[in-house]
Amino acid sequence: MIKAILIDDEPLARSIVMEYLKAFPEISVLQECNDGFEGVKAIAVHKPELIFLDIQMPKINGFEMLELIDEPPAVIFTTAFDEYAIKAFESNAIDYLLKPFSKERFEMAIQKWLQQRTLPATTSTTESILSEEVRQPEERNRIVVKEGSNIRIIPVHEVQYIEAYDDYVKIFTQKEMFLKKKTMSFYEKNLDASQFVRIHRSYILNLQHLTRIEPLEKETYVALLKSGVKVSLSKSGYAKLKTVLGL
Amino acid sequence: MLALNAENGKLMSLDFTAISTRKIIIAYISWWLVLILVEAYAMVATFDFGWAIALADAVSMNLLIGTAGYITFTSLRYYQPNPRNAIYLIVWSIVLAVFCAIAHRYLMMWNLFPQEDRYQEYLAASQLIRGLLIWFMITLIGVISWIWFYLHDQRDGEKRENDTAKLAREAELASLRQQLQPHFLFNSLNSISALAGSKPEEARKMIQQLSDFLRGTIKKDDQKLISLQEELTHLQLYLDIEQVRFGHRLKTEVRQAEQTHTMVLPALLLQPLVENAIKFGLYDTVGEITIRIVTMMIEQQLIIRIENPFDPNTSKPKQGTGFGLDSVQRRLYLLFGRNDLLTTHQIEDIFITEVRIPQAHD
Repeated sequence: MIKAILIDDEPLARSIVMEYLKAFPEISVLQECNDGFEGVKAIAVHKPELIFLDIQMPKINGFEMLELIDEPPAVIFTTAFDEYAIKAFESNAIDYLLKPFSKERFEMAIQKWLQQRTLPATTSTTESILSEEVRQPEERNRIVVKEGSNIRIIPVHEVQYIEAYDDYVKIFTQKEMFLKKKTMSFYEKNLDASQFVRIHRSYILNLQHLTRIEPLEKETYVALLKSGVKVSLSKSGYAKLKTVLGL
Repeated sequence: MLALNAENGKLMSLDFTAISTRKIIIAYISWWLVLILVEAYAMVATFDFGWAIALADAVSMNLLIGTAGYITFTSLRYYQPNPRNAIYLIVWSIVLAVFCAIAHRYLMMWNLFPQEDRYQEYLAASQLIRGLLIWFMITLIGVISWIWFYLHDQRDGEKRENDTAKLAREAELASLRQQLQPHFLFNSLNSISALAGSKPEEARKMIQQLSDFLRGTIKKDDQKLISLQEELTHLQLYLDIEQVRFGHRLKTEVRQAEQTHTMVLPALLLQPLVENAIKFGLYDTVGEITIRIVTMMIEQQLIIRIENPFDPNTSKPKQGTGFGLDSVQRRLYLLFGRNDLLTTHQIEDIFITEVRIPQAHD
């Protein structure tokens, strides 16, 4: 038996997948989820091999949900026309189905996956989808993180700065720090560049939280934040900051 | 010249350049006839010539000047020197004047009345003054023609500008309206596809609703005002479709104040606002949501308020409102010339979009 999970916020959209899946009795859907929160839990509980995932969903979208899962299963996206999504998985998805999709098209996707599944494991294609640069527009305004079993949505304006930390980044808000498995360059590219500036190899700063720039030693500076925290600036970071601030 | 003038006559509508070609020709000919009579009479009365000589003199001279004037007018139609090149106009009028004067002299001297010595004397004596008079007339016609065409060009330019601006405005209004989200359409089709398998009757009903909704979107005129009643009927089709898709989470309430039934608003204004509210509500929260649409009359204006819940902890509504509001804002500006008709605010976890439509008073 192949375990699968179905995540889509429209019951009718789920019912069509269920109907098409009747042709594959070996695949059994263990749970139908209304949103990404339910999806994360269901995946943790059932450890499915395959998920069907919608992109536009309440609170967190399909991409953001995948970010919260440590070892994502194989994903077949099911979505209505969406230019961002299409760009994002143009070459990397196991498959994506554009709603409304035909039974034949659906079966093709499943067959394709069944074949891939028997091959020796290669690097997960899902991983490469996640590192794509083109993302949903709402992701510029929020960062989704997992905190224990809780999912937290941090509005980007609350982020003071982001610090590099091996394979992770530390995201600092006024009160808390969150860890997330992402790269600095991802955030440099995907956050609003007029708001977030890479001021150092290890730091991205939110300008809203900046009060002033102080000299430290000869030709070195630190950024003083409203919270009192000091973040060091590299030479090129200082130059970049001056350009963005129009100094 | 006549054809072109008629064409211009059609384009012009309000100013004096709109005078019809026929009237211009009649005026031009009458002007020369009057001049001919006045001159002939002056010659008879002052110099005691016979009417035959006087008329022949006046007719031939004015015919020449009239022709020269016509040539000047026509050439100015095709080439309008700018005021700095006025010298061309002067040279041109002098050349024409000299030619007319000489032609007249030879015509009268050798061809018509070579035996009339007294007339020939008069002719020789008046040569200079005659030349100057001819030159003056031609220059006058030239200047008037120049001004005439100049005004024409200005009117044309202005009209072209107005037309362009109007076309741009219409195009913008049309494009603002064409914002039916492809998402909505594809997801609705997907729902129909799902229903077709399990509940064909409902699938058929939804196809009907979607068709009625789309037909309503296509046939409505951007700039026309329609009654609130009609707009709400169309909106209900949209709400019914969303109900099929999100019935498990979505409730909608429409409360309409009685006196607003016959008030008017631009067609298809509400659907994008409601779509925006539904999306905002559905994607920003996870539970059941209620979208409220309330209409009121305040100070003779139509007020429509749309409410949706949202999560104030994770959303900044100002950023999250998307294309829907901007385009409606712009549309209202193009139609009413005001930027304050669409406002949003929030009370706790409810986001409120309010649109105000001024009513024409009769």
